[in-house]
Amino acid sequence: MIKVEGLTKRYARTVAVDNISFEVDKGQIVGFLGPNGAGKTTTMRVLTCFLPPTEGTATVAGFDVLENPIEVKRRIGYLPESPPVYPDMEVLEYLEFTGKLKGISSADIKKRVDEVLEKCAIGDVSRKLIGKLSKGYRQRVGLAQAIIHNPDVLILDEPTSGLDPKQIIEIRELLKSLAGNHTIILSTHILSEVEHSCERVIIISQGKLVAIDSVANLTNRLRGSESVALEVEAAGGSPNPSDVQQRLEQVAGVSRVMMKDSKDGRLAFEIESLQGRQIRSDLARSVVGAGWNLSELRPVGLSLEEVFLQLTTAEQKSGAPAESEAAKQ
Amino acid sequence: MKLVFLISNKEFKSYFTSPIAYLLMAFFGLIFGFGLYTATRDVVRMGFQAQMMGQAQPTNLNDQIIRPLLGFASTISLFLIPMITMRLIAEEKKTGTIELLLTSPVQDLQIILGKWLGAMLLYLCVLGMSVINISLLFAWGKPDWKPVLVAYLGLILQGGCLLAIGEFISTMTRNQIIAGGVTFFVCLLLWLLSWFTAFDSGATASVINYLSIVTHFDNFAKGVVDSKDVVFYLSMIFFALFVTSRSMESLRWRS
Repeated sequence: MIKVEGLTKRYARTVAVDNISFEVDKGQIVGFLGPNGAGKTTTMRVLTCFLPPTEGTATVAGFDVLENPIEVKRRIGYLPESPPVYPDMEVLEYLEFTGKLKGISSADIKKRVDEVLEKCAIGDVSRKLIGKLSKGYRQRVGLAQAIIHNPDVLILDEPTSGLDPKQIIEIRELLKSLAGNHTIILSTHILSEVEHSCERVIIISQGKLVAIDSVANLTNRLRGSESVALEVEAAGGSPNPSDVQQRLEQVAGVSRVMMKDSKDGRLAFEIESLQGRQIRSDLARSVVGAGWNLSELRPVGLSLEEVFLQLTTAEQKSGAPAESEAAKQ
Repeated sequence: MKLVFLISNKEFKSYFTSPIAYLLMAFFGLIFGFGLYTATRDVVRMGFQAQMMGQAQPTNLNDQIIRPLLGFASTISLFLIPMITMRLIAEEKKTGTIELLLTSPVQDLQIILGKWLGAMLLYLCVLGMSVINISLLFAWGKPDWKPVLVAYLGLILQGGCLLAIGEFISTMTRNQIIAGGVTFFVCLLLWLLSWFTAFDSGATASVINYLSIVTHFDNFAKGVVDSKDVVFYLSMIFFALFVTSRSMESLRWRS
């Protein structure tokens, strides 16, 4: 549905987005994750034809954003970071205006407006001036505006910012109900947001793509399971690494053993457990039972927050393309 | 075209949801009414004096009242137009609603035309206030109505021209006060141009004179429709709207 290839956006002095490529399939909800100033909004603005890309291409439903912007815009509903509402208009009036602007005929407009009023739960304020509404309501009016023409693609820039927890849950439910028919890209810097509503995550940092993965993979890999750093020292002579690895793999509950490095007769491993298993005591027993010395055993269970931090800061240090596990879904 | 009217309609309505439309209409009505009062008073007074000296001449309402009055209206509009145009694009940029317009399936030109038409409608309403006064003259006198219509045509064309220039200036900033201020300055300059060349002749003077928006109104005020003036105004409107659309486009590339 959405295809971005080698997208680069340069401003006068800064590179906002640097050679990003990704694809989003129809009906998916994708979270766009990154620290402030990572280039999320810029990417979204390119997709919505608000900004032209400096290099690279972006297509929505097969239409290029530069060559066929009107067709792209017809298929996109966009909620910018601050809802684009006119404070001196009534909600109803505003939705009729935006609906017609997006090509809904006068015959259908009433029906569509009623539908989105109900979907976004703003029926009770439909006769109020938008300027008098609270932030949460304004956000929902903005969302109503984005979905009024029933677009194939929804692009939402921080849709839940400024909402109270109850409203956040309502928006999440709304998004879930919209998924399937609509392809949704939402940006956020709140990680739990992604866990709750997205199927896939695109993490960008400093304009560069850091990782694309399914949420399940990311969280499974790094949160649901326990990750342990372990160092083994041989009592006499150096132990054979493959022996150690084999023995460790046999411990109940271990899903993966990775050799990290070996120096001065010490072997460092990183071990992941199956979901919900405690493996540290078993590991210790196994190592000691084999006659080796256990010089270090420490949990490194990463939360999604830590993954995020790691991914977005590692990039900064090394400059090398960070591991993007299963970049091809 | 439907989209153009949708936008102009919205724009026109939004003038009336804020006090600005009422303020401009009241302001213009008041000043124009005052102008009418002074002009008529002087004419009547002069008429009496002439009569007392035994040289009574029929007063010509068109020449003595309507023409200077509508010339006066053209000058007042120079002050009002910046207040109409300053918000057109600058406000949308400030509140971020420009993102809504530019990401909707609408062409830039439709947005620009719609906004210009909306401003034009308000300008017509403001001018409409003067119709009340002029119609008083028709009720108690017998002015020739054709030159009056021509003068209004001139006012509308001149207004359209200045509104288009104002819209262009409004695309360049997100600050309404700057947009209004610069537009006011440009209007003033275009007005002053005709002063510089009042007693000059020669190539430079005639070029400057030609560019002055106000000098082209003079013929209309006399009741003369010169195609030269019509072409000037229409091409100025076209040019200013064209430049506006280029400016909107550059907004995307620069921002």
